[in-house]
Amino acid sequence: MIAARELRHRYGTIEVLRLDEWSVAQGERWMVLGASGSGKTTLLHVVAGLIRPSDGEVEVSGESLRKLDGARLDRWRGSTVGIVLQALHLVRHLTVRDNLRLVQYMAHLPQDDTRISDTLAALGVADKAARRPTELSHGERQRVAIARAVVNRPKVLLADEPTANLDDNAAALAIDLLAEQASRYGATLVVATHDARVKSKFRERLELAAP
Amino acid sequence: MNLASLSASYLRARPLNTALSLLLLAMGVATIVLLILVVSQLEERMNQDARGIDLVVGAKGSPMQLILSGIYHLDAPTGNIPLAAAQQLAKHRFIKRAMPLALGDSWKGYRIVGAGHEYPRHYGATPAAGRLWEKPMEAVLGAEVAARTGVDVGGRFVGAHGIGGEGAEHGEMPYTVVGVLSRTGGVLDRLVLTSIESVWHVHEEHQGPADEADRKAMAADREVTVLLVQYASPLAAAMLPRQINSQSELQAASPAFETARLFRIVGVGVEALRAFAIILMIAAGLSVFIALYSALEERRYDLAVMRTLGASPRRLFGLLLTEGLVLALAGTIIGVLLGHAFTSALGLWLQSQQQYPVTGLTWRPEELWLAGAALGVGVLAALLPAWRAYRTDVSRTLAQA
Repeated sequence: MIAARELRHRYGTIEVLRLDEWSVAQGERWMVLGASGSGKTTLLHVVAGLIRPSDGEVEVSGESLRKLDGARLDRWRGSTVGIVLQALHLVRHLTVRDNLRLVQYMAHLPQDDTRISDTLAALGVADKAARRPTELSHGERQRVAIARAVVNRPKVLLADEPTANLDDNAAALAIDLLAEQASRYGATLVVATHDARVKSKFRERLELAAP
Repeated sequence: MNLASLSASYLRARPLNTALSLLLLAMGVATIVLLILVVSQLEERMNQDARGIDLVVGAKGSPMQLILSGIYHLDAPTGNIPLAAAQQLAKHRFIKRAMPLALGDSWKGYRIVGAGHEYPRHYGATPAAGRLWEKPMEAVLGAEVAARTGVDVGGRFVGAHGIGGEGAEHGEMPYTVVGVLSRTGGVLDRLVLTSIESVWHVHEEHQGPADEADRKAMAADREVTVLLVQYASPLAAAMLPRQINSQSELQAASPAFETARLFRIVGVGVEALRAFAIILMIAAGLSVFIALYSALEERRYDLAVMRTLGASPRRLFGLLLTEGLVLALAGTIIGVLLGHAFTSALGLWLQSQQQYPVTGLTWRPEELWLAGAALGVGVLAALLPAWRAYRTDVSRTLAQA
């Protein structure tokens, strides 16, 4: 679950995020909507513990993030949160399998090839394990990026603009894949998007206004 | 996957940069290894060859030349001294032992040395085959000479006048090989030993047939080339050289002093080479630094992603540091192996030139220091890039995408 109260984040004097109250139960699927600059990405980063908000409290999966110090916060993120980034950012010179091994390694989890194969198979890219990201289509890369986000069985799955640059079919498919993967692990899913085509896919929506 | 394999994958992703850094570091390390091996072995062997010889007495000339020709058989002799003067000096109360040597001829570039049996005994050499010389024109080969010429006991050869190997041959006076010495690892391995009388014999024969009176005259004119002297008391070091050098016809040179002077002269070249090698290593460090630092720009997303995957800043720091270390380690290993290979090649060449041999198949403790320094260069070069990786602002980097 996610609980946020009186969240504010500023860069210098510029406020980039304002969220008074947000409560998400474990396993729910949420769309975070809003125009560019409304703080969607910032909110995801706060939930992932990548940013410490200037003000306010956020509790994710039972942990009050403000109370975790740097190294513990990193460890917590590695084992609890899966993130699908807008630009995917797979490590280019590593194979798909090594990209997933990297996730287990960085989270201090055992490196489990069976788990990696299962995860890739569930996303239909098992045959790409030995390829490098540059050899894959965009759709395949997105599946690998989702596999990377879920290989550690996260409790919270975050996706930042996952449908940008996708055609209508691919956009719908991307959201479906995320939802399917989230439910497979009982993870809370939060998708930040300003894509009108997919915003009605989930019932739970958080509308962010530019502060 | 671990820090080392992850670092190595990044190094493989930039093959040219990596190769350049490796090359510079390896060349620097190899040069220093070569210097360490060659200098230490030369010093060791020169000290070994001069052990127990406190003074070399010969004809006037350059004292260093006297040492180089009299002990190491590397240079031309300064000339000859009358046998009578040598014999008289040998009785001096400061002298415990004096070994006269007669030089001047060579065979296939190996010097023929007329000496007494005490000469091989001094170096602990005994015949590995055959026996020592007894009669004139009997010769004993050093281990190296026998191995490289293929001549064994019972073989015959003709000496050539002069030590370069190109002089006129004493065709009518062949030597017979009666023994081969055991390998000493010292100067004896490169020498052909015979009696002093043989050397006289070869040269007197040139003057044609002679009657009894001529023979007597020749005996009175007999000469040796050098006298290797061992002191009877420490006092001798202070008195004897001065006393000999003040006589007009003889010169005394101290091996310890002259070899120290030689190494000071050679040392300038060695220092220059060492400085060059250190510059190479610094260039290698800069190359590692530039490679890592310039790659940071394209790697910042990778680093930010690793943070989202749970990597602590310290881990990113470690990743970059490991990259520098892996590079340095690989460069050091390649460099050390290359250094030994170069030394072996140099040793083979020197051996073919009948010069002081060196070997690449030995290890010196200094190489450990060198390896430590090279690893230090890698770590130092990676420090700033690693610090920047440590400071990666994840959220901002990802928001820029």
